[in-house]
Amino acid sequence: MNLSRKAFLRVSCFSLLGAAMRKTAAAFGSTFSRKVQWGMAVDIRKCARRPECTACIDVCDQAHNVPRVPDKRHEVRWIWKDTPEHAFEGEDFRYSSIAKLPVMLMCNHCDDPPCVRVCPTQATWKREDGIVAMDWHRCIGCRYCMAACPYESRSFNWVDPRPYIKTANPEFPTRTKGVVEKCTFCVERISQGREPACVEACPEKALIFGNVMDANSEIRRMLSSRDHVTRKPELGTGPNVFYLL
Amino acid sequence: MRDRPVIYGGLAVFLAVITLPFWRGIESGVTTKGPELARPATARQCVASTEFMKSSHMLLLMEMRDQAVRSGDPWYVGAGHGTYTISLTGTCLEQCHGSKTEFCDRCHDYAGVAPGCWSCHLDAGHSTGSLTAMRSSR
Ligand code: HEC
Ligand code: HEC
Repeated sequence: MNLSRKAFLRVSCFSLLGAAMRKTAAAFGSTFSRKVQWGMAVDIRKCARRPECTACIDVCDQAHNVPRVPDKRHEVRWIWKDTPEHAFEGEDFRYSSIAKLPVMLMCNHCDDPPCVRVCPTQATWKREDGIVAMDWHRCIGCRYCMAACPYESRSFNWVDPRPYIKTANPEFPTRTKGVVEKCTFCVERISQGREPACVEACPEKALIFGNVMDANSEIRRMLSSRDHVTRKPELGTGPNVFYLL
Repeated sequence: MRDRPVIYGGLAVFLAVITLPFWRGIESGVTTKGPELARPATARQCVASTEFMKSSHMLLLMEMRDQAVRSGDPWYVGAGHGTYTISLTGTCLEQCHGSKTEFCDRCHDYAGVAPGCWSCHLDAGHSTGSLTAMRSSR
């Protein structure tokens, strides 16, 4: 074949440009074309009206057969309670009115989830509706996702979870030793048009669930009328769990 | 001709040894009939024909699993009529086949296959019992 240097350079330039455009379009497309992005708003003050309440944790653990492993190193958690200092690292809470209040933490179902990027088997992926889902059949237990997640939202099953499940829910499988798990925003309930179990269980209605892409949704009205923060926004992951102050 | 007993004796021993597998088989009650399976709990035909299920239930299960988990669509339209909620425990076992031990396991033990599904998926009727006992029995 007879290709002049000029023609060669032109062809390479155009193909490079084409590849770059496709990447760029894909990156933007996935965020902007999303019609649904499920999100959660946590009303910290409402939640704090019952400092001892664990209704959301209990109902979640029961619904998904989350084991209660006494050994902290092997703990498995989907939704859990922590202090503002831990939840919002880097903030100064010395004189804050929420300094002593409990904060409910869970998977943030990020816009750009780092766990999904590193998963070698696509056992975790971002669904059309924005949920960062889990496919336990594909998880090989490499724990890359745990290293990538800046929110410690993922737990590894270091031990067989079954001995630590008191009464198993037959509607949901357990997991086994060697896989990672986390909150899924109750995908099994969403496919039936129901809200996540924690939202339903909260006696103070402190958890508000909805589509943050829909400007008329309850969650969006809440977010536009009240001050709120997300966890580690500076990382650019785009968390979809919001904390109303 | 004095070694006739030796020859016939040797021949008898040879025949006994070479047919040993058959005797062993008869002794342990192996038949070509296959395992006795407990009939499905309620439905006579569930999601597909018996023939199809016999040959391809593992592929169907994979298909259902991918549909439910990856596509988030938990409803499967059966070959006949009717829609089924995809659930290994709730539908396959509880609604259609009853017991895992008397249906799936009997055939799998016979065929020498041990699917790993049950380390996570629960057996129907074992919801409140000892989960660890269930796993070690498999
Ligand atoms: C590591 C644990 C694990 C193993 C092993 C496993 N599953 Fe699952 N499976 C799950 C979980 C957890 C779900 C629920 C996922 C959800 O609802 O998002 C599920 C869901 C499913 C579903 C759809 C819903 C349901 O509850 O049945 C099917 C079908 C299924 N699995 C089939 C299988 C088959 C067949 C095997 C064996 C070849 C298997 N699974 C092995 C954990 C497992
Ligand atoms: C009539 C016999 C029979 C019955 C009954 C049966 N199976 Fe199977 N099953 C087999 C055979 C044989 C294989 C292995 C096929 C192969 O490896 O090609 C198999 C394989 C499987 C596999 C794939 C295993 C693997 O390692 O890939 C799954 C999953 C499975 N069966 C689930 C079930 C479930 C669940 C039930 C009960 C509801 C059941 N089977 C009942 C005969 C049976």
